[in-house]
Amino acid sequence: MASRARPLSVIQWAGAASVALVLLCVLVPLGAVMARADWPPALGPGDLAAIRFTLWQAALSALFSVALAIPVARALARRSFSGRGALVTLMGAPFLLPVIVAVLGLLAVFGRAGWLNDALAGIGLGRVDIYGLQGVVQAHVFLNLPLAVRLILQGWQVIPAERMRLATSLGFSARDMRRHFERPLLRAVLPGAGLLIFLICTTSFAVALILGGGPRATTVELAIYQAFRFDFDLGRAALLGLIQVAICVTAGALAFGAIRRQEVGAGLDRPALPWPGDSAWARLFDVAAIIAAALFLLLPMLAVALKGLPALPSLPPQVWAAALRSILLALASTALAVALALPIALLTARLARPGLVEMLAFLTIAVSPLVIGTGLFIVIRSIANPVALALPITGLVNALVALPFILRALVPAAIMAEATQGRLADALGMRGLARLRHAILPRLARPLGFGAGLAAAFSMGDLGVIALFSMPGQGTLPLEMYRLMGAYRTDDAQGAALLLMVLTLGLFWLFDRGGRLDAATR
Amino acid sequence: MKHTIMAAGLSVVAGAAFAQSPVLTVYTYDSFVSDWGPGPAIEAAFEAQCACDLQFVGAGDGAALLARLRLEGDATEADIVLGLDTNLTAAARETGLFAPHGITPTGLTLPVAWDDAEFLPFDWGYFAFVHRADLANVPTSFGALAASDISIVIQDPRSSTPGLGLLMWVQAAHGDNAAAIWEGLSDNIVTVTPGWSEAYGLFLEGEADMVLSYTTSPAYHLIAEEDAGYAAAHFEEGHYMQIEVAGMLAGSDQPELATAFLEFMLQPAFQEVIPTTNWMYPAALDPAALPDGFDTLIQPETALLVAPDDAPAMRDAALAIWQAALAR
Amino acid sequence: MLQLDNLALTQDGFTLSLSAVVDRATRVAVLGPSGSGKSTLLSLIAGFLQPDLGRILWDGADITEALVAARPMSILFQDGNLFPHLSVFDNVSLGLRPDLRLSPDQRDRVAQSLTDVGLGDMGDRRPATLSGGQQARVGLARMLLRDRPLALLDEPFAALDPGLRAEMLALLKSMSERRGLTLLMACHDLRDAERLCDRLWLLEDGKLVLDTPMAGLRDAPDPILQPWL
Repeated sequence: MASRARPLSVIQWAGAASVALVLLCVLVPLGAVMARADWPPALGPGDLAAIRFTLWQAALSALFSVALAIPVARALARRSFSGRGALVTLMGAPFLLPVIVAVLGLLAVFGRAGWLNDALAGIGLGRVDIYGLQGVVQAHVFLNLPLAVRLILQGWQVIPAERMRLATSLGFSARDMRRHFERPLLRAVLPGAGLLIFLICTTSFAVALILGGGPRATTVELAIYQAFRFDFDLGRAALLGLIQVAICVTAGALAFGAIRRQEVGAGLDRPALPWPGDSAWARLFDVAAIIAAALFLLLPMLAVALKGLPALPSLPPQVWAAALRSILLALASTALAVALALPIALLTARLARPGLVEMLAFLTIAVSPLVIGTGLFIVIRSIANPVALALPITGLVNALVALPFILRALVPAAIMAEATQGRLADALGMRGLARLRHAILPRLARPLGFGAGLAAAFSMGDLGVIALFSMPGQGTLPLEMYRLMGAYRTDDAQGAALLLMVLTLGLFWLFDRGGRLDAATR
Repeated sequence: MKHTIMAAGLSVVAGAAFAQSPVLTVYTYDSFVSDWGPGPAIEAAFEAQCACDLQFVGAGDGAALLARLRLEGDATEADIVLGLDTNLTAAARETGLFAPHGITPTGLTLPVAWDDAEFLPFDWGYFAFVHRADLANVPTSFGALAASDISIVIQDPRSSTPGLGLLMWVQAAHGDNAAAIWEGLSDNIVTVTPGWSEAYGLFLEGEADMVLSYTTSPAYHLIAEEDAGYAAAHFEEGHYMQIEVAGMLAGSDQPELATAFLEFMLQPAFQEVIPTTNWMYPAALDPAALPDGFDTLIQPETALLVAPDDAPAMRDAALAIWQAALAR
Repeated sequence: MLQLDNLALTQDGFTLSLSAVVDRATRVAVLGPSGSGKSTLLSLIAGFLQPDLGRILWDGADITEALVAARPMSILFQDGNLFPHLSVFDNVSLGLRPDLRLSPDQRDRVAQSLTDVGLGDMGDRRPATLSGGQQARVGLARMLLRDRPLALLDEPFAALDPGLRAEMLALLKSMSERRGLTLLMACHDLRDAERLCDRLWLLEDGKLVLDTPMAGLRDAPDPILQPWL
């Protein structure tokens, strides 16, 4: 290709530098922890069981998330009803929820004293138990089903309307639709969606611990916790951190070949299309799928809202101050994440084999925040006071966590933009920043808005490494919420949880919306 | 935004380097420094008398505090570490980072004798299972609890100090019989949470009949919420104690200030803050000076405590028993 | 004979309304600027849209409410509209049996229709490995295999360069003459229309403003056609 013959531009150098920076931010902390460890490091007696349990629950969570997402996405793709757009948006929300808020919401609905068990008792039925492996999986499905639905639904949305009409004119039955539309689509989308959810679930800590029911449910992240604070065995902690990386690389290598590149940030607002082979049974099934998914995903959020509402007006001023601090931190994190992701995406779009760079970004999903945080602490201590840098470090780590999701949205769009507008710009002799601003960036507005929204939401909701470095008067909203819980102030904590949920979703909505408006005006 | 953060960061560094008054840095657990903990009141009281700048730095909980100190080693900025408990003092002493305090404490109100060259206690409490006052058939021992169908939430000993406290409690009270006790308890345990906050939250939401907490927990509901609806279950075999301590670091550049702070720690100005902020018993305060409501709390006859030097070995054995019993 | 009887549809503020008749074995080019209603008209006849008023009749039978697949027509879409996961042979087979369970006789017919469009040896290939012109031929083979008397074409071969397009139109013309197909093609180029069709409709703003034989068109053109010449 002619474009590749040109020397690397400033933007591509920036991309290479960003890749190097991300690698450094993952590997240097791991190395720093390793360097402080006694040699040779060894695993503890329970660690193998922890690795087994981690893989098992992550695999189950990924499996159920994508399996349950299939009927929901299908139903949303082929049914029109008023409020469909709003429902699709709201049902995406659990993915953005801070984990502890999600757990509180789930317990309010599915816990022993939750709505479901109250209802079951009301009609004289036995109760369901959320604690144990099934609870861990259920919570992970709650958090990740929205992501799976979104990825599959986007697959449906990029099917050209003409192909549906062709199927209609050829008289496709429901079976033919499954064979010629749904199965190829799922084959393309599911490996990537499953891998992503699997990796997210491998670093699960609070969900697995609170709902897991006991030491049976020990995850690698908990084993790292134990190595650190219980045994102060840095070698074991680093080794477990490396194992997480190995799991990520192995799972990635296995699934990567099957992953089709897909625009995560693409719109979901295309109206449903007439569906060949439709029937009354299919309609009934779809209605049931949509109602069940809506109840499962929306009720816990409703519970958080109802419990938090009474305390909201009387929240202590520190909570509002922390909320403001968290918003500013989220904005800074987002700016940093975008500043890292954009050059990487632009560089990736020019590479012959973009997979490797994308793979690299997955690393930051799968490494332990505790190991990275501690490693950064060790590194930074040698040059500055980490306590004074608590907020910037938290911002950096949050940006790294959000990076894979932004890249998943940006890279396919960047490749498309290079292939279309990029060539046009080359033909017109556009160069450098002018080429970027006028030819490429306009195409990226939507995925950029979506990715920035994710980054902001993650940063807002994550307790993050600030808990390792905190100073009085520097608490973020999630930390302040924990402090309220730790000071018996449960009502205020529930108010803070609601505030956290609203701000998290609000930030995402603003960025996502912004990207759309920007795209629409061009 | 970045500028504000940088500016905030710089001002802290600048404050440390150029302020006229000397700085005393105290590492403690996060809930101590929170706006709802004892930190703010104590900082104000000490600064009023020391002509210095007292800076708290929060780090997770007691165990995270020790891990942090081990990471930093000799180079630590801390002058004082406040918030370790007796399960951790042996490991802390082993680091060699602590200096003898040289203080002969007077007026200690602990139920046990205190003799420790490096560490001084500032508060203490009894672990206990807390329940709603209307709970029927409140168990009076671990055996009775195990035999009942009362549900409990506990904390993971690997990530939580109360969780570890429970482990030591069962071990100290039942010794060789601990494994059987845990096996008996396994069907009472609803779940095991990462920390005290999550467990207590689940209990308040009605997820379990009882939660592992402190005998002083009902005092919070009584005093702060005027709700007498909570109580702690009185166990016949006695209750395990948590004694929270502070020590000064050998590498401190402010040894006089550090000593002054440790002395201040046992004065009423510090001690009176503890009951209604940390919701623990102060370590050196006349019981008559406790706030109204503390008199309603249960008073265990037997205070259980593993000697600090025996704690590490017992801890590892107890954890193995716990894991084996609950993994079934 | 196709009869469009007082057909009317209003959609997003745009109204299409016309009456017209197409005799058997006639090939009609529907010409008009974009937004004039060409696609809407074809969608109405195909059954993707339902008219507000009026009827559509084929050989006297009212097919206004008939299911899309049951109508006497096959459709050729803008691009080849091929399924990327199916071979060329299977893509064409869909025209006969969407479940791809072909009898030996049906397999012969698929092979024959591939040969007819000059792709006899390409049945095993995937669409992605074909050129644009070859993909268009696959779509054409599938349409012809359907063996329906009426063919609807919505700006076919628009993605091909002019030379290739002329070639495809010539192929289509000979095939439809051989089979006596009745044909409606939406297009925006009079030369394309002349290559294939024997009758011309001009649509403007949802109305049929001209309905004339193609023969002799350029000798005495209606003034309304001036911009298209």
